[in-house]
Amino acid sequence: MTQAYQLTILGGLDKDGQPEEIDQIDIFSGEIIGIVGPTGSGKSSFIGDIEQFAQGDTPSCRTVLIDGELPGFETRSDPRKKLIAQLSQNMHFLADMTVEDFLRMHAKSRGKPVEEVQRVIELANTLTGEPAHPNHHLTILSGGQSRALMTADIAVISDSPIVLIDEIENAGIKKKEALELLAGEGKMVIVVTHDPMLALMTSRRIVMKNGGVRKVIDTSKEERRVCEDLSRVDDWLMNLRETIRRGEVVEAAL
Amino acid sequence: MKLVVIAGTPGAGKTSVLMHTVKSLQREGIKPAVVKIDCLWTEDDARFKRLGIPVVVGLAKDMCPDHYSIYNVDEMLAWAKSQEADILLNETAGLCLRCAPYPDQCLAVCVIDVTTGPNAPLKVGPLLTTADVAVITKGDMVSQAEREVFRERILETNPKCRIVEANGLSGKGAAELAELIRAAPEVTGDMVLRHNPPLAICTLCTGELRVSKEHHRGVLRHLDGFMEYTGE
Repeated sequence: MTQAYQLTILGGLDKDGQPEEIDQIDIFSGEIIGIVGPTGSGKSSFIGDIEQFAQGDTPSCRTVLIDGELPGFETRSDPRKKLIAQLSQNMHFLADMTVEDFLRMHAKSRGKPVEEVQRVIELANTLTGEPAHPNHHLTILSGGQSRALMTADIAVISDSPIVLIDEIENAGIKKKEALELLAGEGKMVIVVTHDPMLALMTSRRIVMKNGGVRKVIDTSKEERRVCEDLSRVDDWLMNLRETIRRGEVVEAAL
Repeated sequence: MKLVVIAGTPGAGKTSVLMHTVKSLQREGIKPAVVKIDCLWTEDDARFKRLGIPVVVGLAKDMCPDHYSIYNVDEMLAWAKSQEADILLNETAGLCLRCAPYPDQCLAVCVIDVTTGPNAPLKVGPLLTTADVAVITKGDMVSQAEREVFRERILETNPKCRIVEANGLSGKGAAELAELIRAAPEVTGDMVLRHNPPLAICTLCTGELRVSKEHHRGVLRHLDGFMEYTGE
């Protein structure tokens, strides 16, 4: 069971140097929080501040606290003690290593047993079409395979109590399954998204504009119902996509 | 006076990280001076001048830029003193991976770019293995897993170094590096290098242009690794 944490984000400045409209946000273990807003509105910077536990030393001047306190140096940097796992927008690996060698090395850096490597590959292959093989070089993997591998790696090897996700809907992997896999048991999940279904799967969403937090919206009962409808539409789209990917002909309407 | 030597491969982001670090030091009321060493040409001095600090450029021209940097340490320190600086930041050209221009009493900082891949730390040699601080740049271009694998590789080659994840664009890591610089020891007297420069001196070093073995004398190494002295 994951230990419970409270994350506090103290507001900084927007792109014009004006104080953010919301000056404090508290997030608790077990919550899924969305970050929404136009492109360039500062969503990635917001989770970047959380990932590095900003201490007023980033362009936004935000401060991030864990359980009301500044985290120690090792919590910020040593992967074995890291509280945060992050799925960034990167779609490709640059490391010229095989999938297996890379995951072994990552397991070592996080102090995890090497037996986890096989599990990561199996999980990744449930999220994407063509399976990745342990002997494949990372650099030849497709965007979808890379993204699926990064997702499974976070769920198994990084396995931190706080998970940051930047636009999981890209790259054609199964987004709902991927989000559920990453959310795990009792974790705190913060997800940047443009996807209506993912945005409404959260309990609250932070709205960004011009580099600053504009407001925080609690997901209403009405929105939850919309989310259920969206989920059905999404399942339908997914099935269509798989049918077309398999080279079959689409027959039934919704 | 403190001496900080910033080395690392070209394009790794040494100047950008250093610019943010200078701003951080200035906010603490510390006066740094910068000596930028390069081979043939640089305009980095103009970037540093915009921060309102004393800057001087040294071009090594025909001399090895790292040897040039080591040879001129006294002169650089004397210049920084004349500028009433508290800290001399010596940014090296960062070309050869064999010379590590770190005197024992400096804070040795190696800037290394994560996009060069997880084998890069194994190739960098004494530039990294004898550094006090390894600054990893361009981390935003790869996944967290790749950053962590890269970090592990650095610690395999230099287990005692302090690692700073920095970003030359956003300024991430600059405050941490500035703090390490503040805590660095003062230069107190005669210094020696941490690692010896390359052993050989040969006819190529003195300007022989002809290619192939018959034209060369000196301490030379064959492709199979055999090393010998040929000459008088």
